[in-house]
Amino acid sequence: MLWIAIRMLTGDAQKFYGLLFGIGFSTLLITQQMTIFVNLVERGASGVYNAPEAEVWVMDPVSRTTDVSYAMPGTALDRVRSVKGVEWAVPHLRAQANVRTKDGDLEGVGIVGVDDATLIGLPERMASGDKSVLFAPDTVVIDDVGTTRLFPDGESALGSRLELNDQRAVIRGIADAIPSFTSTVVLYTRYSSALNFVPGTRNRLSFVLVGVSEGETPESVAARIEAETGLKAETRKEFARAGINFIIENTGIPTNFGITVFLGFVVGIAIVGLTFSLFLRDNIKQFGALKAIGVTNAKIVQMVGVQAGMVGAIGYALGVIGTVAFIKAFGSNPFFKGFYIPWQIPLISLVAVVIILAITGLIAIRSVLNTEPASVFR
Amino acid sequence: MDTKAIGGCAPEAAICARGISRDFEAGQTTIRVLHGIDTDIRSGEMTYVVGESGSGKTTLISIMCGILWPTEGEVKVFGTDIYKLSDTELVKFRLNNIGFIFQQYNLIPSIDVASNAAVPLIAQGVPREEARERAKVLLEKLNIGNQADKLPRQLSGGQQQRVAIARALVHEPRLVVCDEPTAALDASSGRRVMDLLREVAVAPDRACIIVTHDNRIFDLADRIIVLEDGRVTHDGKEMPDDH
Ligand SMILES: Nc1ncnc2c1ncn2[C@@H]1O[C@H](COP(=O)(O)OP(=O)(O)OP(=O)(O)O)[C@@H](O)[C@H]1O
Ligand SMILES: [Mg+2]
Repeated sequence: MLWIAIRMLTGDAQKFYGLLFGIGFSTLLITQQMTIFVNLVERGASGVYNAPEAEVWVMDPVSRTTDVSYAMPGTALDRVRSVKGVEWAVPHLRAQANVRTKDGDLEGVGIVGVDDATLIGLPERMASGDKSVLFAPDTVVIDDVGTTRLFPDGESALGSRLELNDQRAVIRGIADAIPSFTSTVVLYTRYSSALNFVPGTRNRLSFVLVGVSEGETPESVAARIEAETGLKAETRKEFARAGINFIIENTGIPTNFGITVFLGFVVGIAIVGLTFSLFLRDNIKQFGALKAIGVTNAKIVQMVGVQAGMVGAIGYALGVIGTVAFIKAFGSNPFFKGFYIPWQIPLISLVAVVIILAITGLIAIRSVLNTEPASVFR
Repeated sequence: MDTKAIGGCAPEAAICARGISRDFEAGQTTIRVLHGIDTDIRSGEMTYVVGESGSGKTTLISIMCGILWPTEGEVKVFGTDIYKLSDTELVKFRLNNIGFIFQQYNLIPSIDVASNAAVPLIAQGVPREEARERAKVLLEKLNIGNQADKLPRQLSGGQQQRVAIARALVHEPRLVVCDEPTAALDASSGRRVMDLLREVAVAPDRACIIVTHDNRIFDLADRIIVLEDGRVTHDGKEMPDDH
C-alpha cells in the first residue's frame, strides 16, 4: 500500500514539487540564517581564537572582552608570574589606532601587541611571510581580511608603508586570522613597538596571557590567579563565551536572525500546509474508495505519513545541500571567512521540518479520516 | 418456509436484512429515508435495486455492504452480523468479502491499470507482482488485457469502468455491490459493461447487487427490488407493469 502512497504523491508533480519547495525553502532559510548567526556571533570571540596559545586570560576586573578592556599597571605581569601553576605569562596589548591610507582616507585599526620574545599572541598561521619578520623594527603583520579593506584594489600589502598614529610602520607579513565581528583591520606587532604606536597613557597592559603548568587545569590556575592577585582571570573557553555573549547582548542580531528563522518556519507551514491539504483533498475520492474497499484508518495514516516523510526527507536534503552550496559559493568572500555549519544547526532544522510536517499533516489528514466510506457512492 | 415472517434468516441467504431504518439529520429535523426494510439477497443471482431518485437505493445498499450504519435493524452478510463487529473487524470483513463498483470508478490516477485492479489484493498483503499477475488474468477476461500497463486516464470511460469491475472481483469476493455502474457511460458501452459484469460477476456462491436507473438493462436482472420512499413496493423477476 505504501508504494501506492508514494506514487500518488509523485504522480501529482505540481504539488509534489510545491511541497519539496516549501520544505526545502524552510530548511534553507532556517539552516542558512542560523549558520550565519552562529558564525557572526562567534566572531565576538575572534580575539581569543586568534591567540591560541593562551590558556588563561588575566585582566582588570572591569574588562569584559578582548575589545572592551581596561589597562592594568605593568606590575600585574610579575604578580601573575608568581602564582603557582603559571608556566608562562606574557604581556598582551590591544588598542585602537588610526591609519592614513595612500588615498588619504582614515581607517580605524586594532593594534595587537604580542610578546617581544616568544611572539605569543599572534594567530597560529601566517598567510604570507614568516612570524619572525616581526623582530625587524617598525614592522607590523596585518590580518588577511584586513588587507582587502586597506588594499581594495588588490595591490600587494607586503612592503607597504603605513602612517600609524603619526608613526611609520611597514607591513611585512599577513596573518591567517579569524576576522573580528566588525571586520576591523588588525595590525599585529611586538609589545614594545605597540607601545610606540599607541599614544602613551600610564598603564598599557591590556591582558596577561598565561600558559598553565603540566598537571594543572586552566580553571584551577585561573581561580588561583584571581584569589592571589585580585585581577580577573578567565579560561580560554570562558573568555571566548564572554566575547560571544557581548555581541548577543549588545546588538540586535539575535532578534533579526530570530525573526528570519521564525519566518522560514511560518512560510514552511503555510506552503506545505496549503499544498498538502490540497493534495489530500484532490485524492479524497481515492482515499474514500480505499476505505470502502477495506483499508483501515491506521493504514491510511501510514500512507499519509510516508508521503509526508518522503517530502520531508527530500526537501530537507535539498535545503541542507543548498546551505552548504551557499557557504561554499561565498567561501572566498572575506565576510564568510572560516564559516562552518555546526552540527546542531541541521539537527535544529530537521526538528523544524518534522514539526512543520506534523502540524500540517495532522491538519490535512483529518479530512481524509473524516471521510465516510459511504461517501464514495455519492 | 417464510423466514421473513418470523424474523429469521434463511441459512443460504447472502444478505439478510431485518428492520432496516435509517435517519439523516437535516438541520433541526430528522428525516427517515428507510422504513423498516426486510429483505434477503441470494447468491447466484443478479439483484437490481431500482426506484426514483431519492427513494433510498444508495442508502440501502450502503447499509447492506457495511459502509453505513443503520439507525435500526440488523444486517447479516454470509451469517455475520456485520454491525456487531468492531470498526477494524468490519473493515477487514469488507476487504475479504465485498467488491465495490462505483459510479465514478475512483481509480488511482498515478498507478497503472493492473495495479489499480490489484488494489484489494495489495491491501490484503499479497505481494505486488503476484497481485498484478492475478489482476491481469481478470483484465484479460474483461477484454482490456492489453491496457494493463497504461494509466487510467489513457483509457475510455467504458474501459475504466471495466478496470473498476476487475478491481471489484480480483479478490473473489462473495458479494459485489454496484451503484449506478453505467450512469457515466453511453448506452452501448453501458450495455456491454453490464453484459460483461453478468458474465464475470455472477457465480453460484456469489451475490451481486446493482443499483440502477437504467431501464435498458432491466432485462439482465434475476430479481428486481423496487424502492419507493424508503419502502420496498415490489420484489420479483420482472418490473411491475406500472413502471
Ligand atoms: N449523508 C446524508 N445526509 C443527509 N441526507 C442524506 C444523506 N444521504 C442521503 N440522504 C437523503 O436520503 C434520501 C435517499 O438518498 P439516496 O442517496 O439513498 O437516494 P437514491 O435512491 O440513491 O437516489 P439517486 O437515484 O438520486 O442516487 C435522499 O432524500 C437524500 O437527500
Ligand atoms: Mg444513489
